[in-house]
Amino acid sequence: MYIGQVAGTVVATIKHPFFMGRKLLFVERLELTGQTTTRYDIAVDTVQAGVGDRVLVLDEGNSGRQVCDVEPWGPVRAVIVGIVDALTLAQEAA
Amino acid sequence: MNLARVIGTVVANHKYPGLSGVKLLIVQPLDRRQHAVGDPVVATDATAQAGPGELVFIVGGREAALALPETFVPVDHSVVGIVDEVDLR
Repeated sequence: MYIGQVAGTVVATIKHPFFMGRKLLFVERLELTGQTTTRYDIAVDTVQAGVGDRVLVLDEGNSGRQVCDVEPWGPVRAVIVGIVDALTLAQEAA
Repeated sequence: MNLARVIGTVVANHKYPGLSGVKLLIVQPLDRRQHAVGDPVVATDATAQAGPGELVFIVGGREAALALPETFVPVDHSVVGIVDEVDLR
């Protein structure tokens, strides 16, 4: 899992049936300092996240399918599983 | 799952049996500004409707095969949607 920031939304009409009715968000990966990086994911939202939110992103298929309740099937990998309220770093890491 | 641009098609008559009838595309992964990043890859088309020039989103890894009718196939990237709009703040 990693911490990301929702940068926007993705709209697709023609898509795999799994994605029908699911919200796709564009999430940029964050460094621990909060800086955005060039890495990103198009993630399925399961927690009603919005643009600008700092979120917890899962990028693993098996857990993603469990969260989306489509086990063992479904071409999903990146899933937003939480909205981050606070993040504390130890002195050394900060 | 990432953005990519379809830049070509691949035709292979003789391939793994589970892949017959599956369309192959060459896709170029993109960054958030939709500039090319990394090397192009060959991906199967799970939408069956994507064509060259289109902006799509792809899934990589084991999940790529799960997008296809036959799910136990040797595939590592699949096009799973054709993107109409990306709205970034």
